[in-house]
Amino acid sequence: MTEPLNDFTPRPGSASLRRMVATQARMEARLMLRNGEQLLIAVVIPVIVLIGGVAAIDRVGLDLTQRPVDVLTPGVLALAVMSTAFTSLAIATGFERRYGVIKRLGSSPLPRHGLLLGKVGALLVVEALQLLVICSVAALLGWQPHTSVIGALLAVIAGTAAFAALGLLVAGALRAEATLALANLVYLLLMVGGAVVIPANQYGAFGEVARWLPSGALGESMRTAFIDAGIDWISLVVLLTWATFGALLTARTFRWE
Amino acid sequence: MPADSPAVEIDGLVMRYGDKVAVDGLSLTVARGSITAVLGPNGAGKTTTLETCEGYRKPQQGTVRVLGLDPQRQRHDLLPRIGVMLQHGGAWSGVRAMEMLDHIAAMHAFPLDTALLSERLGLADCGRTPYRRLSGGQQQRLALAMALVGRPELVFVDEPTAGMDPQARRTTWELLEEIRRDGVTVVLTTHHMDEAERLADQIHIIDRGTLIATGSPSELTRGNRSATIRLVVTRPFPDSAPESLRFALGPDAEVRQLDDVSMLIVGPANSTTLGTVSRWCETHDVLPETLSLGQRTLEDVFLELTGRQLSA
Repeated sequence: MTEPLNDFTPRPGSASLRRMVATQARMEARLMLRNGEQLLIAVVIPVIVLIGGVAAIDRVGLDLTQRPVDVLTPGVLALAVMSTAFTSLAIATGFERRYGVIKRLGSSPLPRHGLLLGKVGALLVVEALQLLVICSVAALLGWQPHTSVIGALLAVIAGTAAFAALGLLVAGALRAEATLALANLVYLLLMVGGAVVIPANQYGAFGEVARWLPSGALGESMRTAFIDAGIDWISLVVLLTWATFGALLTARTFRWE
Repeated sequence: MPADSPAVEIDGLVMRYGDKVAVDGLSLTVARGSITAVLGPNGAGKTTTLETCEGYRKPQQGTVRVLGLDPQRQRHDLLPRIGVMLQHGGAWSGVRAMEMLDHIAAMHAFPLDTALLSERLGLADCGRTPYRRLSGGQQQRLALAMALVGRPELVFVDEPTAGMDPQARRTTWELLEEIRRDGVTVVLTTHHMDEAERLADQIHIIDRGTLIATGSPSELTRGNRSATIRLVVTRPFPDSAPESLRFALGPDAEVRQLDDVSMLIVGPANSTTLGTVSRWCETHDVLPETLSLGQRTLEDVFLELTGRQLSA
């Protein structure tokens, strides 16, 4: 039996920034993975899209020059990044505002940039797990990528930045329920019509528009990285432009409560 | 900074939301090592004042200093030294109680032992319960634990016992008294006079964003040795009743009609006052249902100052 707590003598002090950010990232990643709906969007849907797409692609009349699994896998990886950096982040942040979590953390020693870094850390952890699962499934389906590791890393980072900025923009301006609805709707629309899973050149004339969307730019840069072992600089610039645009707007509109 | 400088200094604070003035030129100080209650009805500006001290809101006019620091510009230095208990929420809905407490603890350099702290606050049994499944009282106690875990010099607690059962209220009061003994300054808002009366060394009564009285509980209730008489009658008073009663009692007494059937009389603490009221009832054909003489409570003080009840 230990002594009951009876000494409250002040001894204030903040932990190191590194420790605070790591703590925050771990917590956010854990909560994201614990949440059933978010796990569905993060892992289950991309895997279904991959398996279903590979099985059905011959019957939908797409004009592909590569094997279906080689074309679809980079797109599904892009979809996974989009689901986490945009949809999951927006929903989680929207409810954090609603439940006063951001407010509570705002009076702890964790500074705002620390909170943001923690969120980025959590996204990268969850994305790494997603990529691991999806790549494993793709390998079972016979995926044979020609990879530019740098191209893929740049695509994931730029895509995460663009979608996270847009996700925070939505979460910081709307009510939690509206954020939930909009984040899911945008995810579905972009999955189907945003040239993320299916290459932009399969969309006909709309493909020229879609490749300038963050979804299309992420999809194209992932395909270039995994099919041509290249770096799609134009798409990366498009993503960074979206990231900048989103971050500037978010900084002006985000309400902490 | 000298150790005897105030823990909190507010000077001429003005805060508006749109055209509504929430805080209207408020000035007050909080002594180090004290428990100071900010007492007032809902909407008096208590929470806005606290949130300005905590750095959430920027003063629109006036200055706020907490532990000698500017809560806006010296946020980084201030935050590790204060603990904050919010009135609502403050945790993820799916987070477990202990996980949340450990999370806040990890942001501090020398946190209290979270297992012992949660045991002390009666949270040991619900440590693995998700936040959304905690009762209101458990959520309150967790919020208090989060405010204390970083071993702050100063804690701000907003309505600390709202939603708690009597047992938990007493435990919370004892804990707040104990942390004061260990040198922690406590600033609490409340609209319960019993809480302020029991705990506070100093009480600031605020109403409509301004300070209307300051003092220790005994200073405030002792007043100028006056007594308070509550008169409740069976039928509504006749029209000019307050005036005629005021006339009967003379200039030393104060008469305030609370509603159709009740009046509050504050006058010299002697038998004459009571006798006069009783005779006045007889001559005006009103039948007292209650005629009670008592020491002033903070409720009476508030009523005298504002003409309104403290808690609706």
